[in-house]
Amino acid sequence: MKALCWFGKEDVRVEDVPDPKIINPRDIVVRITRTAICGSDLHLYDGYIPTLAQGDILGHEFMGEVVEAGPGVQNLRAGDRVVVPFTIACGRCWFCEQKLWSLCDNSNPNAYMAEALYGESPSGLFGYSHMMGGYAGGQAQYVRVPFADVGPLKIPEDIPDEKVLFLSDIFPTGYMAAENCNIHQGDVVAIWGCGPVGQFAIRSAYMLGAGRVIAIDGIPERLQMAREGKAEVLDFNRVDDVVQALKDLTGGRGPDACIDAVGMEAHAATFPGLVDLAKQRLKLAFDRPTVLRQCIQACRKGGTVSIPGVYGGMLDKIPFGAAFSKGLEFRMGQTHMMRYMQPLLERIQKGEIDPSFVITHRLPLDAAPDAYKVFRDKQQHCIKVVLDPWARAAEMAA
Amino acid sequence: MERNRNQHARRHRGRWPLRVAAIAGGGALAGWGVSRRDKLGIALASAGGFLVFSGLRLGGPRGIHYEVSLTINRPVEEVYRYWRNFQNLPLFMSHLLEVRVTGDRSSEWKARGPLGTTVSWQAEITDEKPNQWIVWRSLPGADLDNVGSVQFRPAPGNRGTEIMVALDYQPAGGGFGRIVAAMFGRDPERTIREDLRNFKHIMEAGEIPTTKGQSSGQRSTVVSLLEAAMPEYRSTAAQDALRSA
Repeated sequence: MKALCWFGKEDVRVEDVPDPKIINPRDIVVRITRTAICGSDLHLYDGYIPTLAQGDILGHEFMGEVVEAGPGVQNLRAGDRVVVPFTIACGRCWFCEQKLWSLCDNSNPNAYMAEALYGESPSGLFGYSHMMGGYAGGQAQYVRVPFADVGPLKIPEDIPDEKVLFLSDIFPTGYMAAENCNIHQGDVVAIWGCGPVGQFAIRSAYMLGAGRVIAIDGIPERLQMAREGKAEVLDFNRVDDVVQALKDLTGGRGPDACIDAVGMEAHAATFPGLVDLAKQRLKLAFDRPTVLRQCIQACRKGGTVSIPGVYGGMLDKIPFGAAFSKGLEFRMGQTHMMRYMQPLLERIQKGEIDPSFVITHRLPLDAAPDAYKVFRDKQQHCIKVVLDPWARAAEMAA
Repeated sequence: MERNRNQHARRHRGRWPLRVAAIAGGGALAGWGVSRRDKLGIALASAGGFLVFSGLRLGGPRGIHYEVSLTINRPVEEVYRYWRNFQNLPLFMSHLLEVRVTGDRSSEWKARGPLGTTVSWQAEITDEKPNQWIVWRSLPGADLDNVGSVQFRPAPGNRGTEIMVALDYQPAGGGFGRIVAAMFGRDPERTIREDLRNFKHIMEAGEIPTTKGQSSGQRSTVVSLLEAAMPEYRSTAAQDALRSA
């Protein structure tokens, strides 16, 4: 089959690799019909996530058709159409029982690697480094899905792929980011980053009762998409001080909740921002936490900072004194996917939202290496790339 | 996963039987003490702990001792029952090839030896209390003298079962270092910890998560050679059999 493999920093290639097969009893194999590139894949592309190996297949947002089910999978059969969540969960450990699915104890075969860095291991993930399990990802024609009786969500035939594909990660991730804000009716929610997760967070915050959503970014087309989601927008290139601007917009209080939908590769043309960049380039730090700092400083007293953006290591110069003095609450972590997939599918079925609005690029899998670069550099007004693993380049262009 | 680790490598003083008695008896006493949950229990547990500690101090030149504790989200009875059937141990202990239960308290063990050979011993259960602890040791004539114990107790708040496993291996003649290396690889402590994690995976998830045998693009030659020569962690013989079936 064809699959997108990682070979090094800014070096991903579509290769011919062996087809996946059932390995454990609770596995299925899925023929992928649509797959996507996630903003968090760019951290892999840029070489900021440790423990990748040459030849690793990337991709954790995908859906398709079951072609084979292991003997331990009773609820799915060949021919079923499924969306697969990016976190892998056994469904039977204490964390899964508490619905903390992304903290599953039994799905990361390389838990010891994560334990060396973090003390404990989160769940395994598709295509997201060996420390997170080393599972082959879904930017490919086929994929093996472990613990398939727990994660994959069956999709009725009458909904097109593009409407449900993002149930695999970014819609639930944006939704959990908003839910973590503990929104009360009329709250003001500020969201840093108008990439796909930020876009879903904007719409989810309104679903959960926010009165105003203020979206912060520096890219015109992303701000425009945020506006279409009824957010007020703040272009950080046009204000001197984002924190002060947010105070001015909120009667001096600050937003009730702040969402960092950016994570470890924030851009900032400020002195601390440049210091972070230098440290990251010199491998002295994994992360550039500019946005997290701003969230803490901007949030109102007693408010909530919600962090769907990915961080990897030790963060420098976090204004923890401010966080403490203001009594802030912090909510974060990989998305507990299985809590959200079914309820959000129902919202899509009822017509409350059509997640395909974020798609700007539809390409064949063969074009993925270029698409990574275009997406990373935000060229061609790129916000979200969806790949068809079976289309030939010529057909898509026609 | 919480773990206590201890590696003892002290001068051999020819007091192995005494040491076995101290560790086994001390472990049992400590287990009983802990289970009483009263003042006498605390005293008994301390005394037991002291005995175990003394036993360890009597250890041989290259003797090894490991302790690991972890929580398994299944009822105590179920976890105890699975472990008490020693024939299950090779399913998660990567150094074991086979354990045959030969009587109520006796069993025959076969483990990986150097250069594809097999190391074997007879073992007996020296002490046990259902759903609380099991202590076993090898009988004289073993290729490798060893003692093992496992304690079980309910974890608070319906979190399943806390188990504490202690394993001791002692030289019984030459080649101890080579035998231990063959059984446990480059990093014995890690191997044992991963083995017990596999136990948890089997009890909770019904299978051990793995990526062995999945697709990938071309690996770099250096990485492939290194992985073949020095695997980070070796799967159990039982897993290999399943995979090749």
